[in-house]
Amino acid sequence: MNLGSTPSQTVGPFFHLGLLREDWSRLVDLDHPSAFRIHGTVYDGAGDPVPDAMLELWQADATGRYAHPEDVFTGFGRCGADGAGRFEFVTVKPGSVPGPGGGESWQAPHINVSVFARGLLKRLITRVYFPDEDEANAADPVLASIEDPDFRATLIAHAEDGGYIFDVHLQGDRQTVFFDV
Amino acid sequence: MREDRISPPQSGGYRRDAGDHPPYLYPEYGSTRLRAPDRPLVILPHTLSELTGPVYGHGRVGELDNDLTRQHSGEPLGERIIVTGRVLDGDGRPVRNSLIEVWQANAAGRYAHHGDRHPAPLDPNFTGAGRCLTDGEGRYRFITVKPGAYPWKNHDNAWRPAHIHFSLFGPAFATRLVTQMYFPGDPLFEHDPVFQSVSDPKARQRLVSRFDLETTEPEWALGYNFNIVLRDRDATPMEDHK
Repeated sequence: MNLGSTPSQTVGPFFHLGLLREDWSRLVDLDHPSAFRIHGTVYDGAGDPVPDAMLELWQADATGRYAHPEDVFTGFGRCGADGAGRFEFVTVKPGSVPGPGGGESWQAPHINVSVFARGLLKRLITRVYFPDEDEANAADPVLASIEDPDFRATLIAHAEDGGYIFDVHLQGDRQTVFFDV
Repeated sequence: MREDRISPPQSGGYRRDAGDHPPYLYPEYGSTRLRAPDRPLVILPHTLSELTGPVYGHGRVGELDNDLTRQHSGEPLGERIIVTGRVLDGDGRPVRNSLIEVWQANAAGRYAHHGDRHPAPLDPNFTGAGRCLTDGEGRYRFITVKPGAYPWKNHDNAWRPAHIHFSLFGPAFATRLVTQMYFPGDPLFEHDPVFQSVSDPKARQRLVSRFDLETTEPEWALGYNFNIVLRDRDATPMEDHK
C-alpha cells in the first residue's frame, strides 16, 4: 500500500502567527561555556534580503548525539528573519555523527538547516559546516560529493569574533548548496 | 567518545519524491521566480542526520491550544468548524505524538498579522494560531472558524482559496512538512497558482479536506476531515545501498 504523500505548500508571508509564537532561536543559553552565535542573511536571486524567511536547525549535541525525548538539549532551533533578512541562533558545535551506511564513515560536525519562505513551495535544505574543522571537512562524504569547490564552500560558515556567519543565497551565482533529502 | 554514540537505525531511508510535491520554480506563482534555486539539488544519502528529528512540544502544548475559538474573552465571528484527521505514513501507520502547528486568516479573510493589508475587519476574538500533538492513533483535532478567501497581489484579481496552514514534523528531519488544507468545492482552485503548482491532480486532491457529517456536531459546528500522509520509508534496507 502507498497512500501517496500530502504535497508541500508554501508557508506564505504570515507564518509568524503559527510558527514563531515562542523564541526557539537559542538552543543553549548564551552563558553556556561553549555557546556561540551563528547569524546570517537570506538573499534572493536579485541579491535582496528576504525578510519573510524562516530557518530551522536540527543538530546533534557536542558529543554527536541527536536528541532523545528525555534530553535537555533538544537540538532544534527556529528563527524568523527580521526586516533585513537576518537571523541569529545561539548554539554549540555538534560532534561528528555516523556517515552514510552506518558507523564506518563519519561526517564532519554540521547543522542541518531547513529554509522556509513565501515563494518557496517546499522547504530548502542545506547544512552548516565549520571553518575550523579542516581535517573533518576534508573527510566528509557529503562535502566530497560536491565537485565544484566554490559551490562546496557555500556550506562552510565564516568565523568571526565569538561565533560564525552563514549567509543563505537562494539563487544566482552565489547560490548556496541545497540538498535533495 | 565515539563508542558512546548510538548506532544508526538499521531500517532504510525515506522514499524520494515521486512527483507529489510542487517544483521550486513555478512562474505563475510570482514569488518563486527570485527564490527558487537555479542550480541542481545535491542528492543527500539518508544518514542519522536525516533519519532522526526533533521531538518538540511535549509538555509545552496547552490543553486549549487546539481550540482557536477560546483564546480570547469572547467567541470569534464566523462559521465554527471542527477539523480532524490522522497523520499517517505512506503505509497507513499512525504518526504518534507528533507536533502539529496551524495558522489561518479569520472568517473575513484577514490574518492577525501586521503585514496583512487586506481591508477586511480584524476580529478581536480571533488570533488564528493553534497547535496540538497527535494521539496514539495519529489523530488530531482543532476547533476553529472557517477562514475567508483573501486577495493577494500575485496577478490581477488574484484571490487565495480559503485554507489553513499546517506544519508537521513526523519522526525525522526528512519527514518535515508544511502544507495547506483547503475546503471542498472551492471555485478559486482553478485560479490559484499555489494550489495548481502541484501538477498531479491526484496529489492535489490530497490537499482538500472532506466534509464529514460524522464529525459535524448538531447545533454547534460543521466537521471537516483532513488526513495527512508523510513520507514513506524506503522498502530497501540502508545496508543494500553500500
